[in-house]
Amino acid sequence: MSETDNTAPGPTAEDEPRRDFLVKLSLGLGGVAALAVGVPVVSALLAPLLQADPQTWRKVGTLADFDIGSTHLVKFENANPVAWSGVSSESAAWLRRDSATAFTAFSVNCAHLGCPVRWEPGAGLFMCPCHGGIYYKDGSVAAGPPPRGLTQYHIRISGHDVELLTAPIPITDITAS
Amino acid sequence: MKILRSIGAWLDDRLGISDTIMPLARHLVPPGAKWSYVFGSAAMFCLILQVVTGLALTLLYQPTSSEAYQSLQFITHQAVFGRTLRAIHYFGASGMVLLVGVHMMRVYITASYKFPREMSWISGVFLLFLTLAMGFTGQLLRWDSNGVWSAVVAAEQVGRIPVIGTYVARLLLGGDTIGGQSLSRFYSYHTLLFPGLLLGLVGFHLYLVIRNGVSEPPVAGRPVDPKTYRQWYQAMLKKVGVPFWPNAAWRDTLFGAVVILSIFGLALLYGPPELTTPPSPATINTNPAPDWYLLPVFALFALMPAKIESYVIFIGPILTVIGLLALPFVSNAGERSPLRRPWAVFGSLCVVVFVGALLLLGEQAPWSPKFTAQPLTAGLVHSSDPQVVAGSALFYNKGCLYCHLIDGHGGRRGPS
Repeated sequence: MSETDNTAPGPTAEDEPRRDFLVKLSLGLGGVAALAVGVPVVSALLAPLLQADPQTWRKVGTLADFDIGSTHLVKFENANPVAWSGVSSESAAWLRRDSATAFTAFSVNCAHLGCPVRWEPGAGLFMCPCHGGIYYKDGSVAAGPPPRGLTQYHIRISGHDVELLTAPIPITDITAS
Repeated sequence: MKILRSIGAWLDDRLGISDTIMPLARHLVPPGAKWSYVFGSAAMFCLILQVVTGLALTLLYQPTSSEAYQSLQFITHQAVFGRTLRAIHYFGASGMVLLVGVHMMRVYITASYKFPREMSWISGVFLLFLTLAMGFTGQLLRWDSNGVWSAVVAAEQVGRIPVIGTYVARLLLGGDTIGGQSLSRFYSYHTLLFPGLLLGLVGFHLYLVIRNGVSEPPVAGRPVDPKTYRQWYQAMLKKVGVPFWPNAAWRDTLFGAVVILSIFGLALLYGPPELTTPPSPATINTNPAPDWYLLPVFALFALMPAKIESYVIFIGPILTVIGLLALPFVSNAGERSPLRRPWAVFGSLCVVVFVGALLLLGEQAPWSPKFTAQPLTAGLVHSSDPQVVAGSALFYNKGCLYCHLIDGHGGRRGPS
């Protein structure tokens, strides 16, 4: 090959449009290839935005479990756990029985940066261990950095069961101040 | 012998050791750089250490949400040298963050970012943030309750970005909540995406050293003039330059070896950070806090005025990045010596004091309720009067003591 190449004539002006076309073809085809492969790759990256998570009612106990006026930590499974979630698909809420038929359920996530708040029955306050956010019994801010009160879950009574509607981790946005 | 020599000659010819690699290793550098120039290479040695120990850890780690915690227990308590391996990776991360910081400070104080090394600074800024991102995602991979809550805290932070914040938070967690998908994503970022970017950028960072030459130690009264600098630099190298290998490189190698041996020593002495409870977001009796190098940020979130905080969480990092990227363009020429740039030195000192103070405060976290406070004793309240004792018991039972100090006992959240 190399021997014939040595004797071959050099590039001529007639080759110019042909080479120009081939360069464009190589770049264009490369772009198409990248785009084709890019779709599934970017989809994997953006998967959480392309698929909506469902919400579902979870039983967190029966009416007999909760005395009127008492506040309990209830645990439940998220709406759509994958098989390899283990305990990480659990969530918790602070459930208070206000009356025979009324319940209030607070998210455990502090409205500041999401750390788990603790109900202190003696003080009647929710306290956050991370940056010292403190909330009153009704979930409104008592002290510390949280820009808004604790988020609440929906609760319904179904026969003797107390059920909670799962929800996303409440993300405090910039408008909450 | 003859065969060996001919094999050697063949390899040298085909690989270009004498033609390409040796000239690179022996490229001329300014004399007199001495010990202040060893921090960048030491940070790179730490990166190599992290890649090697990280690779070893992936041989033992199970990157699934249900098994990661158990596999870490296995690594820490059962695997042969697993405990040491984890500890080296932990102290290696600490060392890398520290050295990247010191290297950056040195570059700033000697103004090495000025013409023609702007891109070295810019790639360095990205390397700094990638290093911190590696540290943060690495802590998450412990996937204990601290790891899970760190992920939630990170999601809340990006949630403050206007308009798209909630979506970015969702993207970070891999869904509406923590779950099996969360760890897979952090694992991919920590072991593939970020290290790939880091190694690529380090290659670029090093290429720029060859392209523009290492900055000469600054001399007061010898300002950088972009018009003449390159010519002056080449003439200076020709006159007094010394080969990088071995004249300058032995210090890098020696310091790097000392750093890695120190990391190894600390790892043997202290071991890896203990795991907390299993990764259930329903386990709420935990005190989530990051590793030491992110404590200043943690402290800042507690101490900032609440009214501006949501804005600062979002605007602060943007302004920091813009400021850092703009630096070599704002200050592109002129004096490099710290003696002629007292404000730069003062500013650096302020940053060190500020970050150091936040680190100490983050360590103590006086803003957090002290849930472990013990009931007050009669001796502490200096009275055996039943009413006073009952009052002090009430003070404890009502949770007052979590935040208010009595004679050095209790929390520091509120006034004593």
